[in-house]
Amino acid sequence: MKHASWTRRALAAAAGTGLALSLAACSDAGADDGEVLVGLITKTETNPFFVKMKEGAEEAADEHGVTLQSFSGDYDGDNESQVQAVENLIAAGADGILITPNDSEAIVPALDQARAAGIMVIALDTPTEPADAVDATFATDNFLAGEYIGQWAAARFEAEGVDPRVAMLDLNPNQIAVDVARDQGFLQGLGVDIADPGQIGDEDDDRIVGHDVTEGAEEGGRTAMENLLQRDPDINLVYTINEPAAAGAYEALNAAGVAEDVVIVSVDGGCPGVENVGSGLLGATSMQFPLDMAAQGVDAVVEYAASGETPDPTEGLDFVNTGVELITDEPMDGVESQDSAWGLENCWG
Amino acid sequence: MTTSNTSRVPTSDPQPPPTVLAEDVRPPTLVDRAQRLLHAQATLGPAGVLLLTIVAFSVIAPNFLAPTNIALILQQTAVIGTLALGQTLIILTMGIDLSVGSIMVLCSIVMGRLSADFGVPGPLALLVGLACGMACGLFNGVLVTRVKLPPFIVTLGSLNIFFALNLWFSRSETVRGTDMSQVLLWTGQVVTVGGMRLTYGSLLMLVICALLAYALHRTRWGRHVYATGDDREAARLAGVRVNRILLSVYAVAGLVYAVGAWILIGRIASASPQAGVMDNLDSITAVVLGGTSLFGGRGLIIGTVMGALIVGVCRNGLSLAGVDVLWQNFAVGVLVILAVSLDQWIRKARR
Repeated sequence: MKHASWTRRALAAAAGTGLALSLAACSDAGADDGEVLVGLITKTETNPFFVKMKEGAEEAADEHGVTLQSFSGDYDGDNESQVQAVENLIAAGADGILITPNDSEAIVPALDQARAAGIMVIALDTPTEPADAVDATFATDNFLAGEYIGQWAAARFEAEGVDPRVAMLDLNPNQIAVDVARDQGFLQGLGVDIADPGQIGDEDDDRIVGHDVTEGAEEGGRTAMENLLQRDPDINLVYTINEPAAAGAYEALNAAGVAEDVVIVSVDGGCPGVENVGSGLLGATSMQFPLDMAAQGVDAVVEYAASGETPDPTEGLDFVNTGVELITDEPMDGVESQDSAWGLENCWG
Repeated sequence: MTTSNTSRVPTSDPQPPPTVLAEDVRPPTLVDRAQRLLHAQATLGPAGVLLLTIVAFSVIAPNFLAPTNIALILQQTAVIGTLALGQTLIILTMGIDLSVGSIMVLCSIVMGRLSADFGVPGPLALLVGLACGMACGLFNGVLVTRVKLPPFIVTLGSLNIFFALNLWFSRSETVRGTDMSQVLLWTGQVVTVGGMRLTYGSLLMLVICALLAYALHRTRWGRHVYATGDDREAARLAGVRVNRILLSVYAVAGLVYAVGAWILIGRIASASPQAGVMDNLDSITAVVLGGTSLFGGRGLIIGTVMGALIVGVCRNGLSLAGVDVLWQNFAVGVLVILAVSLDQWIRKARR
C-alpha cells in the first residue's frame, strides 16, 4: 500500500517537473487546461494522524476528479523539505496548497511566494505565525480538546470526592503551539489558574505534581510516567499529550501496580486510543477528525478554483474548527460526550 | 591496547617501558599516577563518573537511592544499553553504525506483526525478528567489506532503507501488545531481585553484556576484533581474516539490535513504527561515555553499560530533582565532551 503511494508520488513529482519544464519552455504561465491541482504537505510520513489526513485528501480529490500531489517533511520539525515542496507546487501551477507546517514561522516566506503566485494556501491542523500568512486554517480547537478532558476529570474527581494529584506528560521542551494549547486547555478545564496561557509549566498549583516530556511516543510516555511516579507515588490523574504517550504511561502505572487507582486522559481519537477507552485503560480522550480536515481543505481549493472564494473562519475563532468530541464510557453530568462504540466508528488510524 | 607500529597482532602484554635519559626522569606526581592507572584500567574512568553522578544525585534528588528507583534506571537503560552493546562492537573496528534505531524498529515491527496479524507462533516470530536483525547487519557488513564503502556512508544509507521498510511493513500503525504472543512480551515481565523490581529485559541486557565481554576478551575472535580495529593492515599481515571479522561484527551487532527490539516490545507493550528512531545517537553517546575510543581498537564492553547508565542516572536524577528537560540535554552534552576529553588525556599517559 505504502509502495503504491510512493510510486504515485514519484510519478506525480515527475509529472510536476515535466509540467513545470513545459511551462517554462513555452512561457505560457496561465496554461493549466482547466485541471485543478491540489498540493498536500504534511509533517511526516510516519505519524498515523498525517497518514490518515493524506487518505482523506486522496478520497476527496478522487470525488471531485481533481489531481492531488502529496509531500511531507522527513521528520517532525523538518522545514526545509516543506519549503521545497511549496516551491515544487508553485512550479507545477497548483491551485491550492494544504499544509501542516513543521515550523509555523519559518514556512511563512515560502507561503508568501505561493500566494503571490495566486495560489490559495490553507493551514491544516497547525496554524502559521502569524495566522494570516494563510488564506484559512482548518484545525482542531486544541485548547477546547484539552478543556473537555479537564472538565471531565474535574467532574469525575468531584463525584468521588477525591482531590486530584496531577502528572502532566507533554510533548517536548519546545513549547509548540499544539502542545501548549492542549496542556493549558486541560488545566483550565480542571479549574487550575493557568497564569500565562502561552506558557507550559508556569502554574503555581499544589495539585500539579510535575511536568515531563514524551516526544508523543510510548517509550517517552513510560519513562516520563516512571520518573513522575518516583517523585510522587500518590499521583491519581495523568494528562497525556496524545494516545501513544498515554499507552506508555499506562505501562508504567501497571508495572508499579497502581494502574487501577489512576485516571489517564488524552487527546487524539486514533483507533488504538479509542479501544483503550473501551477497555478502561484510558478514562477519556478528545477525538479530532483528520480525514474531515483534509477533505474540507480539498473542497475549499476546488471552490476557490471555480469562484475565487476563500473560506471564512468559524464564528468567534480565527480558524475553521473541524470539530472535537469527548470520548468516554463514564459520562459525567454537565460534560457532553460520546461512548467508545461511537468512537470506534469515527476514529482514525 | 598499544598503537606501536609493530606488524604483529597486539597482545595484552604491556610494552616494555621505553628507555629514557636520566635527566628526563622526574618523580611521578599524583596526577601522573592517576593518568597511568586510568590508562591501564579502561573501566575506571566510566566507573568513576558513574559513581560521582550517583553520589551527586543521591544528595540533590529525593528518593533517588530508593531500590525501586535504582531498578527503574536499569529498566530505562535496557533498550539503549543493548543497542549500545552492538554499537560498541562496530566502533571497536573503527566503524560507526547510524542505522541502529532503524534496525531495531524494523525488527520490533516484524516480530509484532508476524505474531499479531499473521498468527505466527511467538517463538517463531521472535526467531524471524532476530534473523531480520542479523540480515540487516549483514547487509551493512557486505557493503563495508565487499563494496569497500565507509561504514558512516553505508549506515547513513541503510538508516533510510530500513526505516522505509519499517513504514511499509507496519503501514505506519502501532501493533498492540494485547494482540501479540506472550513470548514477545516476556521481556517486560517483572522479577524481584533483592527488593528491586527488575524486568527480564534489563537482565537480558546484562546477559548480552556478559556474553559479549566473554567473546571479546576470552576468545580468538575477540582478539581479532581488537586487532582489526587497532590497525587493519597490521592485522591482515598477521593473518587475521579482516573481512570475515568485520562481517561477523556487523552480523552480531544486528542480532544484538534485534534483542534490543524484543526488550523494547516488552517495555512499551506494543510495537510502534515510531519508537526509537533517534536511538542511534543515544547509543553512540553511551559507547563514548563508556570509554570506547571512536578511533577503534580500544575500549571494554562493560564500559558501555556504564555509559548508558550514566545517561540514565543523569536524566532520571535531574527529572526527580524537578529540573527542566532542556537542561537534561545540556547536561548529557557536557558529559559527552568531558568524557572524550578525559579519554584523550588518558591516551597521553607517560609510561
